[in-house]
Amino acid sequence: MDEKLSLQEWIEFAQQKNISFGDLCLDYQAKNLDISQAELLDRMETILEVMEQSIAIGLSGIESMGGLVGGNGKLVEDYRRDHPQESMVGNVMSKAIMIALAVGEANASMGRIVAAPTAGASGTLPAVLFSLFEARDCSRAELAKALVVAGAIGMVIASRASLSGAVGGCQAECGSAGAMAAGAAVELYGGSPEQVGQAVAMTLKNMMGLVCDPVAGLVEVPCVKRNAGAVAVAMVAAEMALAGIKSVIPVDEVIDAMGAVGYAMSGSLKETAQGGIAVSPTGLALANKIFTRP
Amino acid sequence: MNIFDVIGPVMIGPSSSHTAGAVRLGKLALAILGEPVKEAVIGLHGSFAQTYKGHGTDLALAAGLQGWATDDARIPKSFEAIHKAGITISFKTINLGDFAHPNSVKFWLTGVNGNTCKVTGASIGGGRVSITNIDDFPVEFSGEFPTLLTMHNDRPGTIALVTSILSTHGVNVAQMRVFRKQKGGLAVMIVETDQPVDDAEMEVIRQLPHIDSVRRIQLV
Repeated sequence: MDEKLSLQEWIEFAQQKNISFGDLCLDYQAKNLDISQAELLDRMETILEVMEQSIAIGLSGIESMGGLVGGNGKLVEDYRRDHPQESMVGNVMSKAIMIALAVGEANASMGRIVAAPTAGASGTLPAVLFSLFEARDCSRAELAKALVVAGAIGMVIASRASLSGAVGGCQAECGSAGAMAAGAAVELYGGSPEQVGQAVAMTLKNMMGLVCDPVAGLVEVPCVKRNAGAVAVAMVAAEMALAGIKSVIPVDEVIDAMGAVGYAMSGSLKETAQGGIAVSPTGLALANKIFTRP
Repeated sequence: MNIFDVIGPVMIGPSSSHTAGAVRLGKLALAILGEPVKEAVIGLHGSFAQTYKGHGTDLALAAGLQGWATDDARIPKSFEAIHKAGITISFKTINLGDFAHPNSVKFWLTGVNGNTCKVTGASIGGGRVSITNIDDFPVEFSGEFPTLLTMHNDRPGTIALVTSILSTHGVNVAQMRVFRKQKGGLAVMIVETDQPVDDAEMEVIRQLPHIDSVRRIQLV
């Protein structure tokens, strides 16, 4: 069992040293891997390139293994092009929705993606990072540092709760991806270490209890669209945190609560395709169709 | 766990456990066999058996048996490559019992030089894997560290000889375990090290008395 990490502790270390949460994570994680900070950022930039390529794969017109998803990212891209002034959520979030769907669909069609933290939740982080990259006009190095922040948050969640749908439900996958993305977003906007923690806490609270109920057990329905949902929750939480709103429940306690909820969740709601929409009449019919085809 | 376990792996979708983990299990089985595969029979247990088609688990296992990485873009077409290489591969459903991890697989492998082995492993989440049985020896290792695997006769001093060779070459042992079926019989030693074991050290260990075979295993 890995050691239990504390996000609150890291936040306090950053405050004591009077540095950003990103700089603290960079320092810690480089030491942890026994590499230089420059090398860690280089490796993260390579991962960003893979993420960008997976967006392109998702928008290229693909069909998933189970045939249940594909082309939804493209629909948002077309909608954005045809109705440039009409997005009700604004340009940044609309772009993020497009990316989340595109990467989720790239994954479902055996495209190359970065599991962040898992393949099923792989759309969320690139969506938030690359929509803000354009909006904030930041450098690749800043984006890479935000990715380090996201990874550090994920490590804390893994050590105190879980990142796996089979263990903790979708709250552990898309919920964690959203929390990681929210923390990264606050970092990109120059928020304080404390605000990073608040964004993580508020995201996880809004994702808490979400079950993992994949139709036919495949990473397609509802997984792809849940990435878009996680993006929205993450951006709402990051915006609240930057505005100075605090989570009443401290971040480590929220993570622990998420872990406990995952533990209490019925096995039928943890990736086994025995509950939720997986056993809806349509879900069952689709599963039957997929597994009986030649 | 390090940060690249969370931001990663870079992989071919759709599932870290059913696709990326399956590639890694295939790759570990290949390393345990110690030579290119000629014939593979693959038993799928639990969730692997139920959902392998929709996750490309079969394609991923075939890719791993050819030594490919989790992010190899050829994975969706791994069967074509395996047929081209003249490797026979077949799949069946197996039941490893209630205590086996739902994402478990058992390989029966024959290599090009006639070596055979049976390997059971599980994909335990996020692409991480664990080998749980080799040739009917219950074992446990992940392949995340450089790993030395020996089959040897259970005689006094054999373990000490291997570890002393490692230490004289500056290789630090991170974790090690020894498994045997009966006193004085065939035993398996799994040594996870901080530094990779080089060819020269491998050869010295291979020449030791009572060592049947030695393999070097690492995922990355």
